[in-house]
Amino acid sequence: MRSKTISTKARENQIMVNQQSRQQSIVCDTHSVSGVVSQRACVYCGARVVLNPITDAAHIVHGPIGCASYTWDIRGSLSSDSERYRMSFSTDLREKDIIFGGEKKLAMAIDEIVENENPKVIFIYATCVVGVIGDDVKAVAKHAEQKYGIRVIPVNSSGFSGSKKDGYKAACHAILELMGPEKAKEKIPHSLNFLGDFNLAGEAWIVKNYLETIGLTLNTVITGDASCASLKKAKESVLNVVQCAGSMTFLAKHMEQRYDIPFEHIRFLGIKDTIRSLRKIVFTIGNQEHIERFENMIKDKEREYTPKIEAYKHRLVGKKVAIYVGGGFKAISLIEQFNELGIETVLVGTQTGSQDEYNQFKQLTSEGTVILDDANPTELEYFMKQTKADILVGGVKERPLAYKMGVAFLDHNHERKHPLCGFEGAYNFAKEVDLTVNSPVWSIVKQGGIYHE
Amino acid sequence: MLDQTKGSYKKRTGLKINPAKTCQPIGAMYAALGIHKCLPHSHGSQGCCSYHRMHLTRHYRDPIVASTSSFTEGACVFGGKSNLKKGLENVFHIYNPDVVAVNTTCLSETIGDDVGEIIKATDVPEGKTVIYANTPSYVGSHVTGFSNMCKAMVTHLAEKKEGKKAKGVNILPGYVEPSDMMEIKRMATLLKIPFTMFPDTSGVVATPNTGNYEMYPEGGTPIKEIKKSGNALGTIALGEFSSKDAAYELEKKCDVPATILKEPIGIKATDEFIMKMLELNGGIIPKELEFERGQLVDVMVDVHNHYHGKKVALFGDPDILIAMTEFVIDLGMVPTLVLSGTPGKAFVKAIQDLFDAAKLDDSIVLGEEDLFSFHQIIKENPVDLIIGNSYGKYIAREEQIPLVRMGWPILDRVGHSYFPVVGYKGGLRIIEKITTALLDKYDATCPEEDFELVM
Repeated sequence: MRSKTISTKARENQIMVNQQSRQQSIVCDTHSVSGVVSQRACVYCGARVVLNPITDAAHIVHGPIGCASYTWDIRGSLSSDSERYRMSFSTDLREKDIIFGGEKKLAMAIDEIVENENPKVIFIYATCVVGVIGDDVKAVAKHAEQKYGIRVIPVNSSGFSGSKKDGYKAACHAILELMGPEKAKEKIPHSLNFLGDFNLAGEAWIVKNYLETIGLTLNTVITGDASCASLKKAKESVLNVVQCAGSMTFLAKHMEQRYDIPFEHIRFLGIKDTIRSLRKIVFTIGNQEHIERFENMIKDKEREYTPKIEAYKHRLVGKKVAIYVGGGFKAISLIEQFNELGIETVLVGTQTGSQDEYNQFKQLTSEGTVILDDANPTELEYFMKQTKADILVGGVKERPLAYKMGVAFLDHNHERKHPLCGFEGAYNFAKEVDLTVNSPVWSIVKQGGIYHE
Repeated sequence: MLDQTKGSYKKRTGLKINPAKTCQPIGAMYAALGIHKCLPHSHGSQGCCSYHRMHLTRHYRDPIVASTSSFTEGACVFGGKSNLKKGLENVFHIYNPDVVAVNTTCLSETIGDDVGEIIKATDVPEGKTVIYANTPSYVGSHVTGFSNMCKAMVTHLAEKKEGKKAKGVNILPGYVEPSDMMEIKRMATLLKIPFTMFPDTSGVVATPNTGNYEMYPEGGTPIKEIKKSGNALGTIALGEFSSKDAAYELEKKCDVPATILKEPIGIKATDEFIMKMLELNGGIIPKELEFERGQLVDVMVDVHNHYHGKKVALFGDPDILIAMTEFVIDLGMVPTLVLSGTPGKAFVKAIQDLFDAAKLDDSIVLGEEDLFSFHQIIKENPVDLIIGNSYGKYIAREEQIPLVRMGWPILDRVGHSYFPVVGYKGGLRIIEKITTALLDKYDATCPEEDFELVM
């Protein structure tokens, strides 16, 4: 069934078709093959997306202008306070800086940002070229810390030094650096941190609202709507819950070692996951009173949202979806959410999923579902056609591909405009799927030209 | 987001805040897409390629495909030779393009990869072509990258067939929208002048929806056309910053005389383009173009009272700004500030000359600056209108100034791929946009007694 022209030999092990009766595995977590049109990004990209939502920090991109330009305000993370994180700061390295080193310019940039913005924390992202010319970013940062009495934290994110996942790690290191080595003097009772939510379209606020209704304290979200002060306070929590596992499990493990904060994996995408996750939290750090409030809240929410979602379901049952997203956790949630709406997942792939996550894909999907790691547009096109998908879930680059094929599209990435988590999100999700998949435009595309009977 | 900005402009030396430019490789990638069946290849980390494709996708809303050398730590130590060799093999094997256009990045330039040598040592399948441009991200801007790739098309493809009679005109459209390239072709066709235009992205990044995804759409200048450019009567390079180098390269390589013109935006620049075409090839001004020009003049007369004397601040890329500044002066507007992120003394001089000719003594032109400075200066000297790309929307919102979206990139509106700003037709569209922006604001904010049906 595989067409020879859609892929190289080197890619064969990264594609599989689900056969429930057989033991199967996929090769993932590898570097992309050179010359292939990969949808993947780089170390810097990983670090930048994780740290970007920290609202009051000044994020200086140390390198030529591109890396700063392409990441200027592209993530829909919302802030309840400072808007500084939406500004683009860069050293805009020029040829003479490449020859003579960029340290002087970086030091000047820090001076100028302190003069203009007076931030408490500055992150300095090292890009590809900085890694090669050997700027001592650490030394410049240390000097600036002493000069101004603020935190200046280097982020080791040269693009070539690994994958996007290594960028997540670099970001986690920077966050740990900000939190400091010492343990919390006191813990906040019934409190938790929410790791791996970026407050896209205000999603973290929805979860915060649930936890407050139950009577628990959401101490810090990492990194959605986080401030430098809130990150420093994170160690006072008694529990960490991790949503985006790919980016934040690393931080959770380190926080467990350093600050004795245990962690649990949770997901707030879809109603089942939301209830499961809240239950896990309440039973871990709550008391009887919290449990009762949780049960009541769930009843209320289910009463409110189930009929609303059911109203959409009959318009969606029987459709087929192709999922191609960045991380594995999101794909798993999506498969389950589509299942809840009666939509079958016929293709699922990620840029950076892990072996464990791919095994879960196999369990959650049925016979014949195509599973892909680090796919390229040609493969996506081929398998979308073959599986007759009605809708694609993906990011920026996949949208026009789907549209050209006359396939509906759901943005489950940085550009989403409506929250897709919790009960409200599950409703928005059904609404958005309906909005695209049942648009009259697809029938016009299918006519394939000037209408004649 | 910009509520903290204060109006005391001071030149910074280390820090760029809110850039008005981006890096070379993306411009090179856009130019390369204007060759038929060409796959751009980015020789660097895969993040670069991913960002460029993402940004181009957001602007054109069409699938943008390019491959990458996917640099690793090893490639940085030992050089990117094996990545590029293997990459090119894979590209031809899997995607089967006619041409691969390699652009370098800051990384591959800094480690010193000799891309020309690597390509020479690569087995390129028969009938296939590889061209390349050096596009270090730390020199110039995205416009420089576009220019370098256009020049590379000449260097690697143009041929002069001795003894063959020179025929037709080459047109280098410059860093403009697919809609503008379509319009330039339409004007040349009306002039009945045989021409070769490259690059031509109009059938590549603004394709019709057929229900099928075509990795290589029908558009783009065919290689054999670009080869033929060596035997033309002359080359018209539109936009000094994006087209001059390629035109001079063709003059040097094949003795095809080069003429550098402004982008044909506005009435004067369009007149110049048409007259130069006729001068090179001979022919007469077609009735259709005379008619379109007349319509443009008519609309300029109809609504001149709405924009005459209004202050406007413009930012973006040099070639568009030079032509647009001339046009808004012709409309009677006062360009108080013109700013580009792209470095270049020629830009500052060109704009200053326009200011001087119009006796605009208080107007400011800045090259290699950013949008934070743009905002600071507007705070000091308020304007009625901003003309620039989507990134102007933050300032427009903060200062309650209408924004006419023009230039690159436009990430939040549609239309730029389909409706040109060049030519007389483009002039009409610019006037429509400017007038609508000014009048929409007036209607939304004027006192009740001034609110009128007829304007």
